[in-house]
Amino acid sequence: MIVVIIVAALVVLLGAVLVVRRQSRRSVAPQLRAAMPEVLVRDVSARPSLGDVATLERRLSSSRSIFDRVRSISGVGSLSEDQLAVVEEVLLRSDVGVTTTNEILSDLRENGAPEGVANSLRDSLLSSLRADRSVRLTASEGRVPVWLFVGVNGVGKTTSIGKLAQRHVNEGRSVTLAAGDTFRAAAAEQLEQWAKRTGSDIVRANEGADPGSVVHDALGRAQARGSDIVLADTAGRRSNSTNLLDELAKIRRVADREPGEVVETFMVLDATTGQNALNQAREFLAAASVTGIVLTKLDGTARGGIVIAIERELGIAVKYVGIGEGVDDLIVFDPQNFVDSLLDA
Amino acid sequence: MFDALSERLERISGSLRSRGRLSDSDLDEALGEVRSALLEADVELGVVRAFLEAVRERLSGEQLSQSLSPGQQVIKAVHEQLVEVLGSSALKVTYASKPPTVILLAGLQGAGKTTAAAKLALWFKQQGRQPFLVAADLQRPAAVEQLRVLAGQIGVDVYSDASDPVKVAKKGVAEATRLGRDVVIVDTAGRLAIDDALMREVRAISKETSPHYTFLVIDAVTGQDAVHTAKAFNETLALSGMIVTKLDYDARGGAVLSARGVVGRPVVFASTGEKLADFDLFHPDRMASRILGMGDVMSLIEQAERTMDPDVVAESAGRMMSGTFTLDDFMSQLNQVRKMGSLGGIMKMMPGVTKEMRSAAANVDEGQLNKIEAIVNSMTKRERREPVIIDGSRRTRIAKGSGTSVSAVNQLLKQFGEMKKMMRQMGGSQPSMPGPMGKMASLAARAQAQRSEAVPAGFESLAAGMKAGAAQRPSGGSKNKKKKGGRVTPPKQR
Repeated sequence: MIVVIIVAALVVLLGAVLVVRRQSRRSVAPQLRAAMPEVLVRDVSARPSLGDVATLERRLSSSRSIFDRVRSISGVGSLSEDQLAVVEEVLLRSDVGVTTTNEILSDLRENGAPEGVANSLRDSLLSSLRADRSVRLTASEGRVPVWLFVGVNGVGKTTSIGKLAQRHVNEGRSVTLAAGDTFRAAAAEQLEQWAKRTGSDIVRANEGADPGSVVHDALGRAQARGSDIVLADTAGRRSNSTNLLDELAKIRRVADREPGEVVETFMVLDATTGQNALNQAREFLAAASVTGIVLTKLDGTARGGIVIAIERELGIAVKYVGIGEGVDDLIVFDPQNFVDSLLDA
Repeated sequence: MFDALSERLERISGSLRSRGRLSDSDLDEALGEVRSALLEADVELGVVRAFLEAVRERLSGEQLSQSLSPGQQVIKAVHEQLVEVLGSSALKVTYASKPPTVILLAGLQGAGKTTAAAKLALWFKQQGRQPFLVAADLQRPAAVEQLRVLAGQIGVDVYSDASDPVKVAKKGVAEATRLGRDVVIVDTAGRLAIDDALMREVRAISKETSPHYTFLVIDAVTGQDAVHTAKAFNETLALSGMIVTKLDYDARGGAVLSARGVVGRPVVFASTGEKLADFDLFHPDRMASRILGMGDVMSLIEQAERTMDPDVVAESAGRMMSGTFTLDDFMSQLNQVRKMGSLGGIMKMMPGVTKEMRSAAANVDEGQLNKIEAIVNSMTKRERREPVIIDGSRRTRIAKGSGTSVSAVNQLLKQFGEMKKMMRQMGGSQPSMPGPMGKMASLAARAQAQRSEAVPAGFESLAAGMKAGAAQRPSGGSKNKKKKGGRVTPPKQR
């Protein structure tokens, strides 16, 4: 019941500030607005000119040198602190995170490197990636299997759905898309273009419609048309808002009700994401029972090492990775390739 | 989750306190903690190293201050250095003498360029300008449509056609000139820094439109890769600065420091929410506190303003001070606070909150709050107004109605009574100000002052205010009672 006290303290503080801010805004606001444009009308017509462009190779080489160093460490047996420091740098630079990096380092310290540092590190990383990576395609008798896609804004949910639709179509399944992102402007249009491109069916509603009802309609339609699978999009949402997570939980409940059955819930994760990805995974797991991750934008310089921490801590496996903008640029996740690219072996 | 840096530094500061100045080994230890904190906040490793060197220089040999603990002194130095790096060479947005002022936005896919373009247009509109948008993202399906919809919401015109991005940009700027608009914002497709073809394309757009300002749109959730991206875009385009997006997430946002560190261009704007108005000039001091996990009062207040109904809050806060606070008020406040997100998350942003309170708040799950709500909802109107009339039989009825136990009802009533008493004391402790608004005004004045001051100083005064309140709280006793009753829920990480 300490909550009572906490809430009270919070509210007093916030209430006080809100009141004063509103009052001060009423009186000071006009001058503030006028003063705000820090805009002395000065001539900026001296437009910045473009310099030389660094070549792609030069850009890449700077980011790669460290990975070469770890490979070149050949020490067998126990590791020196210098060697460990290089390993640490590789892991930290891949966004693996401080905690997981320290755990891996203490493993290495303890077990040594009987077959060289690079191999030991590789084994250690691979042992973190042992979760089940199979995907469920079928629901129980009479139900339509649903794949639900969740994630924060801008990670590539809609694009991933488009690419996965193509994958299902290639494998001979008929697909119904549910445009459950009714918040972002033109999100449904974007999905509709993917539907056209992949020859899938789509159910959409106007902006601002209830996402649950869009998903519900899609299920009915998929059942009537005999679609093999429903891919349901949702609006991007930050993972630190109870309201938005509640809404997501509700969408999942709707999708899991007859005639649908959620067989996979994918959290779509951008490979450039840092340590916040762990919070995202934790919250989306709690709100929507995430069963796998689609790791996107792995074709850039980011390595997506945070998925190692996610799989170690929460047991959520990466199942697909996005490696380009083309419709076929979404492939099944392969831990060995992933670890190799992390170490750039 | 890691403890806030301050807590970690307090742990080692015991050994520091005894001596007059920070020795090298003390400093090593303290900076080791700072390093972890920065890495946890996603600051890039190379940037962390350079940063720590600068902090070391600031601190080494410095006399320990009398008023600050060594841990606080380290934090102060780190904070000052952060503000210095984040805030140096700030960019003032000025306008071209021969309009239009051309602004080019570039960045990775999903960083939030299209939304930022619309938000920026709204910002300029609020400054009394006539912005014009150019949708040169022909890559992503429906990106043009997205910008059109957003632009429609703020009443700004958009130019686009289906030719190619370079032509669209050029024609768009020409169109804005023809229409006499004074600011043109060109939205481009998201592109990877290593995609040479697309990087060449954005360079061509830049050549054709000669933007006065080129902003890199960068996502606050980005990890170590921020430096590669920022560097590559800076080499390809002449960046004038950055726009940081998704600051409403719970990420620490170290990417901002990384990008700032490698390209040396200032962060100019910050996007802090899903609404188009959630966009403003960037505040280095707030960002510094955020990276350090020090609590972020201003962001908290802004979040409150976005989600809470100020009339409801102000009304019941006023009644709370005057002691005429009812359980109805309490419920409406609880609902307001719940709208803002998890209590644990809110407490994280509040400075000066003790560790115990923070972990207590983190352990409160929605179920407990629901239970409180059920109890209050099971009371009659009169009971909510005058809880004193709730006798034994009423308690039994309420417990039955809410599906809880009589002891839970007792506990709530007792806590409510204590809270009311405490609030009345707080409200009455400042006779110089008329009425219950006195204390509130002084609290708020502190929060106001904080906006202009360097943050740590403001924090301390605010923290002192909070602690003064906390000292009067009989929370220790109630916590023990809770343990005796065996109703303590095990710590749960959310």
